[in-house]
Amino acid sequence: MGYKTINEANEAVNQKIIAAAPFLTDVVPAKSVIPELEEHVLLHAGPPIKYENMTDPMQGSCVGAILFEGWAEDEEGARELLENGKITFIPCHHVNAVGPMGGITSPNMPVLVVVNKENGNEAYCQMNEGIGAVLRFGAYNEQVVNRLHWMKDVLGPVLSKALKTMEDGLNVNVLIAKAIAMGDEFHQRNIAASLAFLKEVAPIISALEDVEKEKRTEVIQFLADTDQFFLNIAMATGKAMMDAAATIGHGTVVTAMCRNGENFGIRIAGMGDEWFTAPVNTPQGLYFTGYSAEDANTDIGDSAITETMGVGGVAMIAAPAVTRFVGSGGFNDALETSNQMTEIYIGENPNFAIPTWDFKGACLGLDARKVVETGITPVINTGIAHKIAGYGQIGAGTVNPPIECFEKAITAYAEKLGFKE
Amino acid sequence: MLYTIIKENTYQDSIVLMLLSNKLSAMDGVNKVSIMMGTPANKDIFKSSGLGTDELEKAKPNDIVIVVDAEQEEKVTEVKEEVEAALKGESGSQDASKDQEAHNWKRALELANNPNLALISIPGQYAAMEAENALNEGLHVFMFSDNVAKEDEVKLKQKAHEKGLLVMGPDCGTGIIHGLPLAFTNIVKEGDIGVVGASGTGIQEVTTIIDRYGKGVTNAIGTGGRDLSTEVGAITALDSIKALNEDPKVKVITVISKPPAKEVQEKVLNVLRNIEKPVVTLFLGDKPAYQEENIYHAYTLEEAAVVSVQLSNGEKPNFEPKVKEDVNVALKDSQVGIKGYYSGGTLAYEAAVLVKAAFEDEVPEEKKEAYILKTKHHEIIDLGDDIYTQGKPHPMIDPEKRIEMLETSGNDPETAVIMIDNVIGYGSHDDMANELAPTIKRVLENARQDGRELAVLATVVGTEQDPQGYDKQVETLRESGAIICETNDQMVRTAINLVGGKVEQPVVDVQTFDHTKEDLSVDEKIMSLINTKPSVINIGLKSFTEAVQSSGSECVQFNWRPIAGGDEKLMKVLQFLNYYEGDKI
Repeated sequence: MGYKTINEANEAVNQKIIAAAPFLTDVVPAKSVIPELEEHVLLHAGPPIKYENMTDPMQGSCVGAILFEGWAEDEEGARELLENGKITFIPCHHVNAVGPMGGITSPNMPVLVVVNKENGNEAYCQMNEGIGAVLRFGAYNEQVVNRLHWMKDVLGPVLSKALKTMEDGLNVNVLIAKAIAMGDEFHQRNIAASLAFLKEVAPIISALEDVEKEKRTEVIQFLADTDQFFLNIAMATGKAMMDAAATIGHGTVVTAMCRNGENFGIRIAGMGDEWFTAPVNTPQGLYFTGYSAEDANTDIGDSAITETMGVGGVAMIAAPAVTRFVGSGGFNDALETSNQMTEIYIGENPNFAIPTWDFKGACLGLDARKVVETGITPVINTGIAHKIAGYGQIGAGTVNPPIECFEKAITAYAEKLGFKE
Repeated sequence: MLYTIIKENTYQDSIVLMLLSNKLSAMDGVNKVSIMMGTPANKDIFKSSGLGTDELEKAKPNDIVIVVDAEQEEKVTEVKEEVEAALKGESGSQDASKDQEAHNWKRALELANNPNLALISIPGQYAAMEAENALNEGLHVFMFSDNVAKEDEVKLKQKAHEKGLLVMGPDCGTGIIHGLPLAFTNIVKEGDIGVVGASGTGIQEVTTIIDRYGKGVTNAIGTGGRDLSTEVGAITALDSIKALNEDPKVKVITVISKPPAKEVQEKVLNVLRNIEKPVVTLFLGDKPAYQEENIYHAYTLEEAAVVSVQLSNGEKPNFEPKVKEDVNVALKDSQVGIKGYYSGGTLAYEAAVLVKAAFEDEVPEEKKEAYILKTKHHEIIDLGDDIYTQGKPHPMIDPEKRIEMLETSGNDPETAVIMIDNVIGYGSHDDMANELAPTIKRVLENARQDGRELAVLATVVGTEQDPQGYDKQVETLRESGAIICETNDQMVRTAINLVGGKVEQPVVDVQTFDHTKEDLSVDEKIMSLINTKPSVINIGLKSFTEAVQSSGSECVQFNWRPIAGGDEKLMKVLQFLNYYEGDKI
């Protein structure tokens, strides 16, 4: 209570996003911070979905996670558990978490912990596995499962130790502000932020006396190899920011966007935890040699939290290097994309000034009303998964949410406020 | 063979598309073609005009749809190219001034300099909502749009009145606000006669006659045709009358309307009886039964104009209707019919009133759709009526229907007199006289060859300052053989005279009436509207912006397209949220 108009409520939400103070403080086993993650429980990306409606890569991720957890001996056993309803699914978003692509997160997977010190809330996201055959794209072979074990046994604990040597953890806003000036938009391109992160942690990791030298080297090598490592940090950061902003509880600013391969779901501040969903689109973009749009999986993953906070595809102008993903795009297309986004985002975030945009701040506060009014939907940069599990990523491009989500959301909110037809 | 072309997400105003339809129809090898936005209503028009196709159903309200009836498929490509070229021209010109034009309210309000008036000419189903948005932004509203529901009009006007704002319209074709001509309007000298009118061409006829008598009108406030209905209760007319009363520069107040609902007429008269300035009323269709000390009740538009001029000159009202006596037409006994083909609705209505009054006893009236008057011999048609303008431009822009009517009635051996009006000014055809002249000439010649004579009477509604030039239009028509009458009143009385009838001018006594005291105060915002050059946001037809700018007023063009893809429920949801103020948040 206490806002006179929706504009005022939306402004309050935006101020809460600007005020957010996200710090990366730890890497811990998921189950230690998400009590819902009991035995035979998995988290998934997007709004709620049934196992049978998941696309093949997401189902493949489930198999991989079960094998990693040792709930089954082999694929057949894992499928049996899944098909017989022995596995309980919870959307990541319901437990302060987000997950890339399939977003399948199991109890013993390590997750990044980002604390929003302004609001006191935490958000979690599993760590980036690198490229190639990876769980988030539905691969579940031995190499994938072995890597997950290494992340649990080595990468997670080492990063945890490193982060704990910092008094407050790592200030993520500072990293984002630096990297946005170096051409990252934090969805498709994170190389500058990943290197900046490595620059912060490498000296500390090198000096960790109670970690064997071999493991320290492995971790630093992994971070150096993984261009997209920061994406998952950005995602947890977005979640921590937007969950705090959602506590305003009023207005039409979008506080979450995510997809599960079947449906796209959004939340708006005025409607709390309610999802407004519609069938997802398929991304458009460039494919690795040998693949085409026919092989593409539908839109999937919680990573659109980056666009929700105003970066990612929305901040295309910050990352001219990735604009080729919009098709034949060049710098001017990136400029046009970001300029167009100012019609549906109602503010700008002074924390994230974009040099290539004449130091205008990144977009802030996606107003569902504006989306419906203009018919313009946010541009989401995304990886494209093969529709068959195990092939992994086959390209990258952009995708737009179905406008129906926004239409449903504002209609429900208007009705909540007393609108009658 | 029907071919369908759909251009997705390319909104164009209906007038642009109608003009384009006309152009495309003229292409060789094209039997029929229509180009419209893919709204449900337009799809019905396609279907009812025999251009319904399966593909058509897929079109959305923001898509341009072209259905071509042609024998050869190659024609479709030609049509397509023609459309592309025409629309490119449209958007090209928009590009150049892109920064100065808005496509949403936020931008329009940013660009405008202290705006106080919204001029709305978008399709009726959306107009009420945008009018409400304008009121919410504190703007007076001039609604050119028609097809607005009466309930919406009541709601808008009540809201406006509470906020101290004025809603002119809907279906307000004409207006002059502090000397600024709006929509379809003539350039009239400024002066001390203030006009309030519920009829578009009625205002045009009265103000142009005043101008030609050398006097002027600084404010002619259109109220829309339904303002004096029971439901609306003359909200706009009353606020306007009070404003003109309060304005020291106004010497005479002239009120024009069709006969209002009885209780509304009483309400209006009661306010007028509180006013000390001389007042002229015209309730067109009511033969005045009395005069009042301070209120002159006129019978025709010319009378209202002439008496207003006399009162403004401080003279005693004295009106003698004129008939053109020197018309040399030898009519046969069988030639008895008066045929009036009007582009101005009120002018057609006035013609019907007079013809009816002259021949009341002789010829029973037939009730017939699409006619203002239809008797055994006479017919008066308003070609601006919706029946004739569905999917076609207004007859003030498009001569086609009038040409057709002139030819048909000219060939009818019973026709004695044909009457036409030529309403000029902003918004009208560049040179309508020149479009009609060859037909008039031909019709007269054909009749002669058939051994008949025929009178074609014409009147030009306009002023010398109008872009088309009054004298030039008169001259062109005169050369074609038409007999020029100075006013519609004169034209109709002349026609009646030619077929042997006469309209008696009412001779009446002065009566006095009791009246109750009225609060004549009016909101400061309305006074400022009529006392300063308006700063306009024009939502819709771009030509209105150009007209306002060329008159030296500020105007921001708002290139409107339906928000939310034209979904009316979502539009209402958005309006509710955008202007929500309450205790729930």
